[in-house]
Amino acid sequence: MESFGSLTLTQRDQIMVEQQVFSILKTFYEMPPSSQSVMMELQREDHVEYLTKGLKHLGPNFCVLDANRPWICYWILHSIALMDEFLDPELEDNIIDFLSRCQDPDGGYGGGPGQMPHLATTYAAVNSLVTLGGDKALSSINREKLYTFLRRRKEPSGAFRMHDGGEIDVRACYTAISVASLLNILDDDLVQGLGDYILSCQTYEGGIAGEPGSEAHGGYTFCGLATMILINEVDRLDLSSLIDWVVFRQGVEGGFQGRTNKLVDGCYSFWQGGVFALLKRVHSTKVEQSVLLPGEEDSGAESLQTTTSSDEGEEDLNEDSSQAVSHFDRRHARVEPLFNSLALQQYIILCAQEPGGGLRDKPGKSRDHYHTCYCLSGLSVCQHSWSADEDSPPLPNAVLGPYSNLLEPINPLYNVVLDRYQEAHEFFTRS
Amino acid sequence: MDSDEGDREPLSRRAEWSDVIPLPQDDGPNPVVPIAYKEDFRETMDYFRAIYQADERSPRALCLTREAILANPGNYTVWHFRRLVLQALNADLYEELDFLQQIANSNAKNYQLWHHRRWVIERLGADARAKELELNKEILSRDTKNYHAWSHRRWVLQALGGWEDELDYCHCLLEQDVFNNSAWNQRYFVITRSPFLGGLKAMRESEVRYTVKAILAQPINESPWRYLRGLYKDDIEALVNDPQVFSVCLKVMNTKSNYIFALIMLLDLLCNDFQPSQEFRDAVDALWTSDTHPLDSDLAKAICYILEHVDSLRAGYWMWRKSKLPQAA
Repeated sequence: MESFGSLTLTQRDQIMVEQQVFSILKTFYEMPPSSQSVMMELQREDHVEYLTKGLKHLGPNFCVLDANRPWICYWILHSIALMDEFLDPELEDNIIDFLSRCQDPDGGYGGGPGQMPHLATTYAAVNSLVTLGGDKALSSINREKLYTFLRRRKEPSGAFRMHDGGEIDVRACYTAISVASLLNILDDDLVQGLGDYILSCQTYEGGIAGEPGSEAHGGYTFCGLATMILINEVDRLDLSSLIDWVVFRQGVEGGFQGRTNKLVDGCYSFWQGGVFALLKRVHSTKVEQSVLLPGEEDSGAESLQTTTSSDEGEEDLNEDSSQAVSHFDRRHARVEPLFNSLALQQYIILCAQEPGGGLRDKPGKSRDHYHTCYCLSGLSVCQHSWSADEDSPPLPNAVLGPYSNLLEPINPLYNVVLDRYQEAHEFFTRS
Repeated sequence: MDSDEGDREPLSRRAEWSDVIPLPQDDGPNPVVPIAYKEDFRETMDYFRAIYQADERSPRALCLTREAILANPGNYTVWHFRRLVLQALNADLYEELDFLQQIANSNAKNYQLWHHRRWVIERLGADARAKELELNKEILSRDTKNYHAWSHRRWVLQALGGWEDELDYCHCLLEQDVFNNSAWNQRYFVITRSPFLGGLKAMRESEVRYTVKAILAQPINESPWRYLRGLYKDDIEALVNDPQVFSVCLKVMNTKSNYIFALIMLLDLLCNDFQPSQEFRDAVDALWTSDTHPLDSDLAKAICYILEHVDSLRAGYWMWRKSKLPQAA
């Protein structure tokens, strides 16, 4: 038995956070049911108010984000879209106009008008415009020039540099490929060597690091995995060790940590939680998850054992009825998530929501637009984590709290709302 | 950011800037995400824009980039331009390091700062190495897991050397905090890449001994278990056949406390054709106290089942692992 004094810094920090979180949960569990219902609500109105205010005004302390303004747009717009809210058409027009001023004549978007184009702000600007949707937003993107910008950022190693003379890492790779893929300008020249680079960033722990040799990290793991899926080289990764690493990033608090033995943080609800949403799109026997048939209730070892995969159960049926069965199956097909979706939802709703609007890293930290975006994105992933495909809405027991907590589904590869992705996909395939 | 409205002399009143027309930001008539800049900030950036557009790479431009960086260290355009000016002026890069040190104190997690530091050190070369590794240690002493600091440290080692003391440094950090995953990661980096050590295979036996000690001291610590597994990356057969590995699993299981990672390691061994002796079966059985739900005769399945219960947060994962087990022969 350790004496308190012999605990390491890691242990002490962890205990402090656990105490805070458990105290919130204890308070919650001791409340009368009527109060509990209120606590379990996603405070939509408050969040929307916090977010729309940010679009219209930011205090002087935001000067530290003066080179990140397209990001602020994206964090706000995406959060609002997740809650299925809309903006004034005039505000939308102003956003399109502002982002056009961030667009460099030679391609790409900078952190503000007159700033050098940068891959991350390009990603944020493109995602913002896709989220706004509509011809005006989508056609404001100069794709031809953007392509040349991406080519200029390409490195001999196969990786990408964030900006002219900037840093090279897995984030740069993801932001470049995400944008190229969305805009339908992804080609062999952009892809060559990239798989090798990302592979070299998968660590002995199973997660992916920012650069070769660095520590496995949630943000980079998301970026690396999404990129490999987008360039169709995901099977080159050691997926079983990646999965094993990421499931262990979920802690007793319910939320995810970014790295082994570090603290929980609401934003990893998406970076780590989103990995599971990405994996659902990977059709490889290594990650195949059993599909539950309609009518089967969720988890229990029993249901997994009686689950039939599409070939197993149909051997006795003739072709016509097996077609009918598989068609019927798919519409309500469900999978059991590999992570604890309800525990994560509980962390987000009870610990990450700030009274008055906005979401945060953890209790004791302040809200900000970044954490609002990624906590909500993670919440969406959780709510949709039982759906094998997005054509059917989640069952009520997939959603913690009232069903009105349900957020829009996303396309996890880009982290944009699915409807908006589909519109953009059509637009950029046509043009 | 540091300058109060009172302390700083506005650029518009400085003689050396009188010929420059400041260039306002083109936010358009209806700005969104507009920041209510303080006047000092706005002015600094208006002058920067003018100099940047004119591509003026002069001493006063260098001073201005310093002011702009202090006002917002995240402005990568300013950093980039500063590099162009430093080159054009053939400036003293040792002084640049001092400037960076000043900013690092309040911005240790800023990408641009670290990237700039890398650029400077690259140009200074091997002479800068020793001091750089020392300064880096200081930053790590304040935050032993600073991701940027660690990446920078690895870059210095690879570009300029200094590997000799690195394994000791890792050990030192692990003595302070055996849960420091960044230190374990660095250890892995050193044993695999140091030109002074023989590479992973050569280091493996001594590293396994080191890791087993750490595991026995704190079996609940995930880091050494992953490190142990990592020592056998791409050589699973050797993992399965190493008595140090299966022994530590047995030892920890027999303590009946903090045994989750031991069970998981045993599961991985079994999935790779480890042939367990009766001791292992007995140790696993001893962890399961229910009579109503007897364990599967297949040891791997039994372990998955136990994990569903003792690591219930991850019950979904253990059920999936069980479903993926090779069917028992």
